[in-house]
Amino acid sequence: MLLIPCPWCGARDESEFTCGGEAHIRRPADPDALDDAHWADYLFMRANPKGSHRERWCHSHGCGRWFNVERDTVTHGIVSVYRMGEPPPGGDGS
Amino acid sequence: MTRYSIFSLARNAMGYHRSWPRAWRSPQPRPSYDIVIVGGGGHGLATAYYLAKEHGLSDIAVIEKGWLGGGNTGRNTTIIRSNYLWDESAHLYEKSLKLYEGLSQELNFNIMLSQRGVLNLAHNEHDLKELSRRVRAIRLNGIDSEILDPQGVKAEVPIANISPSLRYPILGASLQRRGGIARHDAVAWGFARAADARGVDIVQNCEVTGIDIADGRVQGLETTRGRIAARKVGLVAAGHSSVLAAMAGLRLPIESHTLQAMVSEPIKPVLNSVVMSNTVHVYVSQSDKGELVIGAGMDGYNSYSQRGSFQIVEGQMGALIELFPIFSRLSLLRQWGGIVDVCPDASPIVGKTPVDGLFINCGWGTGGFKATPGSGWVFAHTIARDRPHALNAPFALERFASGVLIDEHGAAAVAH
Ligand SMILES: Cc1cc2nc3c(=O)[nH]c(=O)nc-3n(C[C@H](O)[C@H](O)[C@H](O)COP(=O)(O)OP(=O)(O)OC[C@H]3O[C@@H](n4cnc5c(N)ncnc54)[C@H](O)[C@@H]3O)c2cc1C
Ligand SMILES: [Zn+2]
Repeated sequence: MLLIPCPWCGARDESEFTCGGEAHIRRPADPDALDDAHWADYLFMRANPKGSHRERWCHSHGCGRWFNVERDTVTHGIVSVYRMGEPPPGGDGS
Repeated sequence: MTRYSIFSLARNAMGYHRSWPRAWRSPQPRPSYDIVIVGGGGHGLATAYYLAKEHGLSDIAVIEKGWLGGGNTGRNTTIIRSNYLWDESAHLYEKSLKLYEGLSQELNFNIMLSQRGVLNLAHNEHDLKELSRRVRAIRLNGIDSEILDPQGVKAEVPIANISPSLRYPILGASLQRRGGIARHDAVAWGFARAADARGVDIVQNCEVTGIDIADGRVQGLETTRGRIAARKVGLVAAGHSSVLAAMAGLRLPIESHTLQAMVSEPIKPVLNSVVMSNTVHVYVSQSDKGELVIGAGMDGYNSYSQRGSFQIVEGQMGALIELFPIFSRLSLLRQWGGIVDVCPDASPIVGKTPVDGLFINCGWGTGGFKATPGSGWVFAHTIARDRPHALNAPFALERFASGVLIDEHGAAAVAH
């Protein structure tokens, strides 16, 4: 069971949260210019790494706010937590 | 291969069962094969078997990083059925069910297929409507499926409470009588033994760490037991599919999640069929040993840990007791998790990749055990002929670009 530090409420039990999947997926700047392959990549393709993963979580049964978590998908250890719009602590959130 | 029969059993009983031959060899990997299958789960082993049997090929290896069937094949709750909504899925899963029906004979290995029936319960008006739509669609595809009223459910499942005054009353159910369960290990072992007998090398404790590609064509694999050259490679790694695809520079529409299941202490026969409820969110069957085999939904975040969250277990138990209060005083014996490869449309990907000679079979998610023989059969065809069979053509990776998704969330939510 994860103990997730919400940036607003502090550490809370995993059952209060909902995971929103991979973070930092940018909406295409010029959708009209995208071909089918690029749409597929944006909509469906995911990194799904074994190891460090940046993902969005929502404190749905608490403050209701979204934030980012960097978590290891093997150990489940949480490396860092940062707010929406903030760059990830380790850099390269593009 | 020594055939298993009543005579070989008697003969070996005379010798106190000390001289049974090994079921398959344990060869050193050779430096080169015509075809290498990555992943020694049921799907990979079935692929190798059908490559040998249906396509006359034998220069084949199956490379497994752990032990045979140690992935989801040996961790699933073994439900087999073909009651899927869309034509594409119905045809593929039905092909698999048909192969299952003859598999013990074909492999000369008892996979303990028990077609005891699979029920899906309806608890409200919407459930009933959805269920009747499904049953009709399934029957139009020539697959057995029927609707039961509450008395019909009671006849199949005597421990069901069909009182209309419950919080989640049982208003009816769909039933596929040909559905049921099988012994998961036996499916892996049976395919392994039969593939080995046809010359396939099965290599365990050998992890693929890299995929060599030159000029857009696969050349071979880096493994923890050395380089293996191959003309064709099939990736059948379930929860690790994204990791292997990344070695070939490919991205997949897949997320890996933990799916948990558990068994109770063994009790006398009390439940004769498989019972599923999407609304109450649980399913249960009783194994031949008497244990209740219980499952539900997967954990909500990406994971490769084969270890799930406790609140999922708690939720699953709550749902089980809601449905069958009679089980409230049973103890759980074991609980475990497997890493399932989930696609956005809850349908698998079986076909070619943009790399020549590299094929992929994944995305079966929470429900691929039932598809093991069918998946191997169509994947073998795809690899041998360099093009998909009509049954798996709709399940190509390209569907995510074309938009022709096969949405089976309704058939594959709580139900596996
Ligand atoms: C708890 C649970 C319950 C389930 N219940 C059902 C059910 O009731 N009915 C149903 O139809 N389905 C069910 N499923 C789903 C089903 O188990 C899977 O879809 C199916 O078994 C997948 O088979 P496979 O052979 O593709 O995968 P696996 O058996 O997982 O085989 C993949 C193999 O690839 C190997 N591998 C991975 N990476 C590498 C590498 N780099 N090099 C070499 N080898 C590698 C792994 O070690 C593994 O053995 C359930 C799954 C779980 C976890
Ligand atoms: Zn909060």
